[in-house]
Amino acid sequence: MSARRRWIVTIVAGAALALLLPHLGVPTFFVSLLTQTWIIAIAAMSLDLLIGFVGLVNFSQAALFGVGAYAVAIGATRFHITGFAGGLVCGMIAAVVTAALFGLVALRAEGPGFIIITIALNQIVWGLAYQWVSVSGGDNGITGITRPPLGPFDLSSNTAYYYVCLAAFALTLAILMTVVRSPYGLVLKGVRDTPRRMRALGYNVWLYRYSALLLSSVFAGTAGVLFAWYNQFVGPVDLSLDQSTQFLIVTILGGIGTIYGQLFGALVVIFLSNELSSITQRWMLVLGVIYFAIVLYAPGGLVVLVPRLWDRLRGKRVAVVPAEHP
Amino acid sequence: MNDAQSACLELRGISKRFGSLGVLDDVTLTVRRGERRGIIGPNGAGKSTLFNIIAGELPASAGSVHLLGRDVSRLPAHRRARAGLARTFQTTTLFPRLTVVENLVLALQAHSPERFHLLAPRSRYRARDEEAVALLDRVGLAGCAEVLVDALGYGEKRQIEILLALAQKPQLLLLDEPTAGLAPADASLVTEMLKRERGGTTMVLIEHDMGVVFDVVENLTVLHHGRVVADGPLETIRGDAKVQEIYLGGNL
Repeated sequence: MSARRRWIVTIVAGAALALLLPHLGVPTFFVSLLTQTWIIAIAAMSLDLLIGFVGLVNFSQAALFGVGAYAVAIGATRFHITGFAGGLVCGMIAAVVTAALFGLVALRAEGPGFIIITIALNQIVWGLAYQWVSVSGGDNGITGITRPPLGPFDLSSNTAYYYVCLAAFALTLAILMTVVRSPYGLVLKGVRDTPRRMRALGYNVWLYRYSALLLSSVFAGTAGVLFAWYNQFVGPVDLSLDQSTQFLIVTILGGIGTIYGQLFGALVVIFLSNELSSITQRWMLVLGVIYFAIVLYAPGGLVVLVPRLWDRLRGKRVAVVPAEHP
Repeated sequence: MNDAQSACLELRGISKRFGSLGVLDDVTLTVRRGERRGIIGPNGAGKSTLFNIIAGELPASAGSVHLLGRDVSRLPAHRRARAGLARTFQTTTLFPRLTVVENLVLALQAHSPERFHLLAPRSRYRARDEEAVALLDRVGLAGCAEVLVDALGYGEKRQIEILLALAQKPQLLLLDEPTAGLAPADASLVTEMLKRERGGTTMVLIEHDMGVVFDVVENLTVLHHGRVVADGPLETIRGDAKVQEIYLGGNL
């Protein structure tokens, strides 16, 4: 099978599986976890655009995600913005405005400096959510967010909402995969690899970093909105540094610079943390060891590891063991 | 034509200090349009610093830079590039994880609106790739089009380094030791490339290899301890006793 056909088969099979799953008699809990996977994957893909294609390791992705979630929550509970489109636009604008401000500060630095500033910015936003009780509800967060209907479709059932998040994931994947393969995407890669040469060629390096940050925030904000509707609750934990770290782990595990790899990262992180936490209280420790092993033995992420394991399995099945190429 | 119209690059009283260390001291020089100028001088004379100031990577402590009659002293590097300046680097500065064609496309699309197109894959922009391959063909490297730059040999990388700057179609081309570290055979390939460009492009060349200098340039500026000690046609400089003493070692 040619590489291209193998791709098409994988995508069609994956899409068919994702579409049919809620009707195959799987537990509701499982459908919920998958819904969460689509949402986290959107956020992680938006982060991969920055890390994998612009070279910006953004630790404030949770702030962009969380601001989107809070915006839709505050909009719904205070300003009666209860429609689907209204809520979505609200969250996107909030995230883009936040990113626009963050960029002005953080993009004054590069590399480690950028990382430290984004950590600080994320903490500031978390501090606001935690302490500005009159707006954010403080530690109690905001409850009473109801999922709005999407046109004629009622989204209160888990199955209906599963499809909305799946569609949002597919759309984000298609858009970001196009962006990174576009002429603009090539410019981003140039900025990532050799900013000095890019300046010499006439590119405004700052502008491309800034625009990529804004673009990324649109999707991070979207994920935040979907997450708020999913939980029907928003709290400071959603925009904590822990949340940023989770996005980072999902992105790295999936495979940096791939966009689609983040789906596998999200699947592993969401399902493992849920399964392990029901088995043992020390689930964080086990999770840490697993992450460590993956990063150590497959630094390219799951997108490298999974096909390699698959080939090895098939290799054994036909009993032809090819020589190891180190 | 008077001076202001015919000058491609004009430096007026450029000085540069790093703390208490003076690197350049009152450098004034004019490069005419179409001229090929060499800048020579011993290590530490301030040649690369001068290039970085012309290109806008470093601010000068004093003095001004004029490109095509326009004061560009306060413009950032990318704006100077858009004003017609291109440069190569002493240490190869390419995009190692991209293919040769992608490297060249970055140079070719730098001033085109397509650099902002984000909702169509690059496969829709065939003409751009063909333009890049045509450039490669001119130097016999079309076979490397789809190879990652990282996988190229050093000699090929140095050729791509220059090709990227030529793809910018510059008014002024700054070449920082284009043959640095090259074996003689590869160095002559680079020299041939530069000789072929002698037609229109104004060039300023920093080079240690006197063979390359004499092959490519017509006028020389000699820098020593950050000052211009001699400035003129090749033959005059070659015969200048002071220059022979400080730089050429009397071997010419």
